[in-house]
Amino acid sequence: MNQALQQLINGLTLGAVYGLIAIGYTMVYGIIGMINFAHGDIYMVSAFIAVTCFTLLANSGISSVVASIVVTLIVSIALTSVFGWTVERVGYRPLRGSNRLAPLISSIGISIFLQNMVQLTQGARVKSIPPLVTGGVNLFAGEGFHGPYVSYVQILIVAVTIVLMVAFTLFINKTAFGRQQRACEQDQRMMQFLGYNVDRIIALTFMIGAALAAVAGVMVTLYYGVIDFSIGFEAGIKAFTAAVLGGIGSIPGAMLGGLVIGLIEAFWSAYLSPEYKDVATFVILIVVLMVRPSGLLGRPEVEKV
Amino acid sequence: MSSTATQEMNLHFRVKDALGAAVVAGLVGLPMLGLTTRDGASGLEVQTRWALLAVFIAVAFTGRITLQMLLQRFRLFSKRRLRARPTSELTGNGSLVWAGAACVTFAVLLPALFAGNRYVVDTATTVLIYVMLGWGLNVVVGLAGLLDLGYVAFYAVGAYTYGLLSTHFGLGFWQCLPIAGGLAATFGVLLGYPTLRLRGDYLAIVTLGFGEIIRLVLVNWGDVTGGPNGISSIPKPTFFGLPMQASGDGPTFATVFGLDYSPGQRVIFLYYLILVLALLTNLLVSRLRRLPVGRAWEAVREDEIACKAMGINVTNVKLSAFATGAMLAGFAGVFFAARQGFISPESFTFSESATILAIVVLGGMGSQLGVVLAASLLVILPELGRDFSEYRMLLFGIAMVVIMVVRPGGLISHRRATVRAPGGEAKP
Amino acid sequence: MNAAKPLLSVESLTMQFGGLRAIEDLSMTARAGEVTSVIGPNGAGKTTFFNCLTGFYKPTRGCVKLTHPHHGELRLDAMRNVHVARVGQVVRTFQNIRLFPRMTVLENLMIAQHNVLQEASRLSIAGMFRSKSYRRASEKAMENALTWLERLSVRDIANKPAGDMPYGVQRRVEIARAMCADPILLCLDEPAAGLNPRESAELTALLTALSREQGIGILLIEHDMSVVMKVSDHIVVLNHGKKIAEGPPSTIKANPDVISAYLGEDDETSSRHEAAQEKSAHA
Repeated sequence: MNQALQQLINGLTLGAVYGLIAIGYTMVYGIIGMINFAHGDIYMVSAFIAVTCFTLLANSGISSVVASIVVTLIVSIALTSVFGWTVERVGYRPLRGSNRLAPLISSIGISIFLQNMVQLTQGARVKSIPPLVTGGVNLFAGEGFHGPYVSYVQILIVAVTIVLMVAFTLFINKTAFGRQQRACEQDQRMMQFLGYNVDRIIALTFMIGAALAAVAGVMVTLYYGVIDFSIGFEAGIKAFTAAVLGGIGSIPGAMLGGLVIGLIEAFWSAYLSPEYKDVATFVILIVVLMVRPSGLLGRPEVEKV
Repeated sequence: MSSTATQEMNLHFRVKDALGAAVVAGLVGLPMLGLTTRDGASGLEVQTRWALLAVFIAVAFTGRITLQMLLQRFRLFSKRRLRARPTSELTGNGSLVWAGAACVTFAVLLPALFAGNRYVVDTATTVLIYVMLGWGLNVVVGLAGLLDLGYVAFYAVGAYTYGLLSTHFGLGFWQCLPIAGGLAATFGVLLGYPTLRLRGDYLAIVTLGFGEIIRLVLVNWGDVTGGPNGISSIPKPTFFGLPMQASGDGPTFATVFGLDYSPGQRVIFLYYLILVLALLTNLLVSRLRRLPVGRAWEAVREDEIACKAMGINVTNVKLSAFATGAMLAGFAGVFFAARQGFISPESFTFSESATILAIVVLGGMGSQLGVVLAASLLVILPELGRDFSEYRMLLFGIAMVVIMVVRPGGLISHRRATVRAPGGEAKP
Repeated sequence: MNAAKPLLSVESLTMQFGGLRAIEDLSMTARAGEVTSVIGPNGAGKTTFFNCLTGFYKPTRGCVKLTHPHHGELRLDAMRNVHVARVGQVVRTFQNIRLFPRMTVLENLMIAQHNVLQEASRLSIAGMFRSKSYRRASEKAMENALTWLERLSVRDIANKPAGDMPYGVQRRVEIARAMCADPILLCLDEPAAGLNPRESAELTALLTALSREQGIGILLIEHDMSVVMKVSDHIVVLNHGKKIAEGPPSTIKANPDVISAYLGEDDETSSRHEAAQEKSAHA
């Protein structure tokens, strides 16, 4: 029972991270219908930015953990958003309007570029930083009995994710920009005719996706303390799977998909075999898609006959 | 407005634009180039490289201005040009056929033209493997329009089939070829079946998942597949039963043909072997394209609903595309295993699937010749960059993006009709 | 004219989507060798009706019976779209043109004959080796395609990509393609849409000729009244998913319900109707 609760906590934490990255995939897909293969590597870049920032602050004598985290979040979000903007401007905007696969191949090229760029400029070895947030609580602690252990980092990650989701949902549904963004998803041409700057809306979408990935990057740096240039690829595939599982184009679906995958990973590794956890994830994805071809929360795309 | 005024305005605009690029370069370059972390005495230390960052910003600024001038001069990206010319009016059928014939002739003569240069023949062999894989994936992605991101799985099935059957049961290359093809085709159907109802991009992730599943099984099911160490001592193919070795139990190729054995013979033999396999692949795919099944592939890609309304069984059409593509990858896998003598899961990663897909898209979907060009490019470019080995993959990534941006339709985007009506103009 | 069983017999067809009744209790017939038009204001349920006929929707209630010359009576409402086309030989066109745009016009027509050719190619093996029977089937299919191209006056663009053609030409290619699929019932969804008067007249002549010569039944959804009145042997009028009239053009033209459905009622008629409704409510 203990073990199960522990895995539940671990899984939700991991899932929250996947969810944040998955939202970036789903938003980009929703608005321009492309799979952004480079998104996972944007997340990886943000983790490296976080490491550099944390190190800089620590070595400058900043001892406040809260300040470190806040500053790093701001810096990472800001710079990663610029990365997101640049990638869209250079690799995808010139291809808008051409066939469906050209941006995909371009994104693969960008992914290769980012991974190798980081390898060259930041080194191919892993980077590790000492844990900033330590300690946690034992739930249901009692005489000679202790429940699952929730670390403060885990609480932080889940809390940040919840706050972000609430803020983000409000943003998408209530603000003018959110409306424009959703309108672009439905009918880009019309938005152009109405005089909206569709280029800017799309660019901002990429930046928002990158920002969320940046939060995930900072969180992961705090959680694991170890990063290298290849984490983007793995996380990218998982997050993309999460987005599809939840129904691509649906933001709550992306988060739901992330949580599901996080839970599958945690439980499968603990109870069955860690080597095959990814196989389990994909098999479950396939089963879900066979039963619900548009994903868990996806809107079934009915082709008008 | 006077021309100097417009010129000034132009200049003003250009500088502003380039400054924007410089700012972006600065922001992007700061955490990557300007700063980095190094292992220090007690944990990480931050290192600054302001000079490097400054150079990068300067390059971005000047590069942007240069690019603008080039664009204006050659109007490379005028909107009209991006809407590609009607596919029917590109290069005429004739010139493509000549180009194809020239390629085949060159390929046949290659070992003679580069006699003694084992490296060239080796590279050409690699190119031909990718050409074959590209033609195979072309059936699935280019003709049938099914976005398969896990094609490498079938390649692996072929390679491991030969690896296992030859090392455990002593079966030969030629015996394993059909077995591996059949097995791969079966996998193609199995993997294709769950994807039938899925929209294009869901299909992509499911096929990607399959590719990963196969790879993970290969890595972890050590008892059967040898795990991360793979399978080694895989025998090379024989020339109609005559082994290509220095000496053997019975007659060898060298002894029968009265030649002194040299390892070069084997290299050339392997080259011609893959050339034959590739040409047969081309023949098969070209033929199938002109048969009802091939036309159905393209029709399903164009409009599934219209197909159903005409009584075409879309399920069977899609599965046949998967099966055919998979079978060809299986054949290529057998050759790959035979050539290397050793296989491991490392050769069958998603990167491989992505590379093969890139070959198909860069070539211009559906174009046979395009695949040849793209495969040559994607294999030879990194080879040329061997001297810059550190920057090789970086440039490779950039090259991919640049090629797509400049020619989104691929190198050859002309489609040849499968059947022509005689004449063309109706006589009144 | 076929005095025996009608080719198509629809009985109490109902199609419900959640809370919306798109078609309610619709019964009608269509005969072979005749042109039957289905008309009605926008949103009346005409395309939904076609979708029910051709297996794209599964009707909520009711049945659709097809009298097939070889297979006898077929229940189309229980068949999927592929089977309706393949076994029932019911071929349809769509409101939005659904040609295969990047393939040539001729290829489009060859694909319509896919099942026949696929059969002849014996799982592509006979086709691969160019067996005599396959070559013969192939030539026959080509002949057939060329004949229909000629008939629809699109022979000269046979080798051009179908998507590059102007709208009116694409409509004709669609019909040619549908005929190549060897239908016994041809369902055309707004074939005259976007055609100029000359093209409409040509279409009218073509449809009449097709039904008479080929002995097939033609079912037509159409808004262009000049075409409808000229070409139809039989008309069914829908409004809000219900049939409000059925009969030959002369009857339909004079039917007051049809007129009011299309044009709206004048004040006198409308107050009469209201009074009648009130009376029946109180009775």
